[in-house]
Amino acid sequence: MRYGRSSEVLKDVAFTLAPGSFHFLTGASGAGKSSLLKLIYLAHRPSRGRIELFGHDVESASRNDLPFLRRRVGVVFQEFRLLDHLSAFDNVALPLRIAGMKPDEYRDDVAELLTWVGLGQRLWAMPPTLSGGEKQRLAIARAVVNRPDLLLADEPTGNVDHEMALRILRLFVELNRLGTTVLIASHDQDLVRRSGMPVLHLYDGKLTRHSGEARAEPRAAPRPAPRDETPQADEQAQFDLGDESEFGDDFGEDEA
Amino acid sequence: MSVATEDPMARWKPAPLLPRDEEREFSLHFVVAVLCFLACLAAVAAIGADRAASGWARDIRGEATVQVRPKLGETGSTAAARAAEALAGVKGVTEAAALEKEKAEALLKPWLGDAVLDDLPIPHLVTVRLDPKAPATAADLHRALSAAGIDGDVDDHARWLRDVERAAGLVRWIAFGVFVVVAAAAGAVVAFATRAGMAAQKDVVEVLHLSGARDEFIARVFQTRFGRLAFEAGAVGALAAIAVALILKLLGGQDGFTPALPLSWWDVTAVSPCPLIAATVAALAARLTTLRLLRGWE
Repeated sequence: MRYGRSSEVLKDVAFTLAPGSFHFLTGASGAGKSSLLKLIYLAHRPSRGRIELFGHDVESASRNDLPFLRRRVGVVFQEFRLLDHLSAFDNVALPLRIAGMKPDEYRDDVAELLTWVGLGQRLWAMPPTLSGGEKQRLAIARAVVNRPDLLLADEPTGNVDHEMALRILRLFVELNRLGTTVLIASHDQDLVRRSGMPVLHLYDGKLTRHSGEARAEPRAAPRPAPRDETPQADEQAQFDLGDESEFGDDFGEDEA
Repeated sequence: MSVATEDPMARWKPAPLLPRDEEREFSLHFVVAVLCFLACLAAVAAIGADRAASGWARDIRGEATVQVRPKLGETGSTAAARAAEALAGVKGVTEAAALEKEKAEALLKPWLGDAVLDDLPIPHLVTVRLDPKAPATAADLHRALSAAGIDGDVDDHARWLRDVERAAGLVRWIAFGVFVVVAAAAGAVVAFATRAGMAAQKDVVEVLHLSGARDEFIARVFQTRFGRLAFEAGAVGALAAIAVALILKLLGGQDGFTPALPLSWWDVTAVSPCPLIAATVAALAARLTTLRLLRGWE
């Protein structure tokens, strides 16, 4: 992966995220964490290599298929990317509107989710009036409102205090228990260590594996049928952005 | 005392996905309204010009002029009167009358002045009004003159009619061309505004895009916004054009602003589709621009 004519930001990156797995993605600033996440949520295409998402080769997927793949990926952006002209309620409802649901179909779910993330009293607040922690939770609510198969979070605890970071982590673990595959990019080593989750570590654009306590959580409920018609796959995502793989391509296997 | 509070959830409805940009939208409103105003004026002017041109052609087509040459010993007035009588009985003629000497002189005055008129032989003319539904031909009139033993030339104005009809056609095409150019300018302005709007709302578009919005969904957001805006601006432009047309009509007397541009009260209805046309052009321009820009992203 490279931007324009610059040197490669990511190379020799190969891994698989198994359904229901939970990983941290770590690395120094500039190591390529955000770039890797952008590849996964299809904001960028790799300059070489192959990405398979939910059984689809991203490179060969048609332009019309990409939106349906994106709907299965929830993203908590590093800078939140909330829409300031929409209320907290409308921000969270956004993915459901895009998916074509009617307001009556999601009105109660959105309110319930906002209450779940502790924003039950701020439903109609505009993002600029929210604190950093509230924005963070709002961004998380928006990312998970349509029950994505894969949740990506880019430095989700970067703007909050330690206590809030732990609360957010518990939120992710809870979502993971509900069956969502989670990948969190973070440089908060203490948080990563305390979580005990396996770690994907990026260094100089290459992926190295760090040990982490394997975690096996039972999946709580069967996934609802997706709204689109993209096929389900055993593996959530496969990535191969290099000629050589330094490790096996089944990171998730040892957790299950 | 209890105060009843309305549940905000009950009256909630999804907010517009694009934020309002009052300053930019006011400018766009103004420009589109001005373009629609000009387009409507062009349409009204085209209708008036078309009516005027049709009127000229109808007048020319409905008349013929006969120049009579009196026989030896016969006065011109007598010959003209005889010719008028003979022509009045022809099928396809509604009226035939000898042109009085004073009127014939009045026709020549602009070219010859007063001084020499008495010394010149004034042509003896008969004006013939033709039935517009089944007009008599020049040959019919000739035959009638010959049968009555009158020597004369019949001018059915065919040469002028061709010129007038050519001019009328030209006026129609010019008016249509002006209308098309103004409409195209409106479309280009909206396309430019859409591009600028997308640049200004890039963050919003990216969030929609990454949240799984299809290109058509995002294009619909923009086409709805710009279509509505153009509808409002088109209505303002059309109303302004109607006001100007009414003023021209009222100030211009019975025949309109000038005899060359006769306006009817019904002409104002011609601009009524303007808001819809403006909205359609704007929505189409916004849609195409948005789709092209989105496809350029990947």
